[in-house]
Amino acid sequence: MNRLSSFNVVSLTLGFVFLYVPMLILVIYSFNASKLVTVWAGFSTKWYGELMSNEAFLDAAWVTLRVAVISSTIATVLGTMAAYVLVRAGRFYGRTLFSGMIYAPLVMPEVITGLSLLLLFIGLGLDRGVLTIVLAHTTFSMCFVSVVVSSRLVSFDRSLEEAALDLGASPLDAFRLVTLPIIAPAVISGWLLAFTLSLDDLVIASFTSGPSATTLPMKIWSSVRLGVSPEINALSTILIGLVTLGVIAASLASKQVAVRAKRDEQAAARAA
Amino acid sequence: MRRAVLIAVPYAWLLALFLIPFAVVFKISLSDIALAIPPYTPTAKDGIWNMLSQLDFENFIFLTEDDLYWKAYLSSLQIALISTVLTLLVGYPMAYAMARAPEQWRPTLLMLVILPFWTSFLIRVYAWVGILSGEGFLNQFLMWTGIISTPLTILNTNTAVYIGIVYTYLPFMILPIYSALDRSDGSLIEAAEDLGCSRLKAFWMITIPLSRNGIIAGCFLVFIPALGEFVIPSLLGGSGTLMIGKVLFEEFFSNRDWPVASAVAVILLLILIIPIVLFQRNEQKQVEAEG
Repeated sequence: MNRLSSFNVVSLTLGFVFLYVPMLILVIYSFNASKLVTVWAGFSTKWYGELMSNEAFLDAAWVTLRVAVISSTIATVLGTMAAYVLVRAGRFYGRTLFSGMIYAPLVMPEVITGLSLLLLFIGLGLDRGVLTIVLAHTTFSMCFVSVVVSSRLVSFDRSLEEAALDLGASPLDAFRLVTLPIIAPAVISGWLLAFTLSLDDLVIASFTSGPSATTLPMKIWSSVRLGVSPEINALSTILIGLVTLGVIAASLASKQVAVRAKRDEQAAARAA
Repeated sequence: MRRAVLIAVPYAWLLALFLIPFAVVFKISLSDIALAIPPYTPTAKDGIWNMLSQLDFENFIFLTEDDLYWKAYLSSLQIALISTVLTLLVGYPMAYAMARAPEQWRPTLLMLVILPFWTSFLIRVYAWVGILSGEGFLNQFLMWTGIISTPLTILNTNTAVYIGIVYTYLPFMILPIYSALDRSDGSLIEAAEDLGCSRLKAFWMITIPLSRNGIIAGCFLVFIPALGEFVIPSLLGGSGTLMIGKVLFEEFFSNRDWPVASAVAVILLLILIIPIVLFQRNEQKQVEAEG
């Protein structure tokens, strides 16, 4: 199987060119001295300077960061609970509805989720702001967390948990000392996923926020509607750079964990 | 007892913030517009009987009378369908090549597919504005090579919307297909080839059926959100691009007609219920097959 035909090589190359060239152009032109985004007029970092002195962008970035940290943390707790229920709780009344509510938000168009939550918040008389965005983001990202965590839960050996229970551990201890360390990588990637989804969201935030809270995507949206702007290119470059660093760091860390696990396994095999 | 708490907490959260909001949308879609804040007259003020007698389908009738909405639903379906097929055509060969690549390359290839997915959706769509515009990079490049002599108009057309959807949703198509192919047993193909099957025939009769669940999951993951897409048609599409997500957004924010926006959402939801249920069944089946 491990023989790539020339067709395979071509489709991979073209595919990755398609995926990466647009972002590369964005990054290169963020260093363009000209205000005209498609004409190269020499290297400059002035757009980064202007971005950093733009109060409105910095405020929006701060709101976005706060919302993302809070909502992804709550979503990770709720999503892990939901995953546990989906995989371990067996049958209970309303299970189909429960799993439907986990999977539906993954594909639900954002305009529907946003509109429905806004109408709920207005019905309840909640003031729209950071709190309502957090509630909205928590709701859709907990479903992503629970899908990531449940895929890890189904693949792990249940007898470890049962052994702990047989040896007298309380269910909570068994979860804390046995299950949680094993599913930890999935819980962490679930949190990261929830965090990026929240950072990224425009539509749901537009519906659920009020005049007191503007998120970064909302700010970007109002300026890109008017066309291409070099400041936004600079901002995009910063975001792309942060994400790239984060993903590389995460993959190195998980590789190290895998190496260590393999070493432990070998040591255990030798001991046995 | 603990089990009950474990089930009840996420269950209650989803009921309160996912299911009940739909009931609210449904209720408002049946009320009348008012020049007030919030801009609708609640249909139910006193008592259930009163509520039932006041329910009216005016907004839905309005939707059927104005052919803007019909056209928007149909053209959303068409755009989502064409984009899904295009994404499959681009994504399948990539997923297939990744599954055939040497073991030690696969984590890197996988990371390269996932990386754009972590990058802001809005920024990835925005990147195409500069590429597809009249004096954009694509036109500059094509004129430089001499393929065309006058710039092509791509931005603000449906073609730009297709490109945008394929570009942003590509990882959602590749990942499930790749994982289905990766799990499937390569020796089946070798057996078929040993038994005299041509490579192409082995591909159609073995590889495609083996990756069926991945293809189904990928298509739903692209089709359903694309149907209600708002950002891509607003940034890349033109005045002629009618998509229901855009109509809903404008109805709500520009016209401030909440009851009609709600009615638009209710019908979109009805269109989506079948694909969403099928998607959920497919996912559930896979989780159970693995567990």
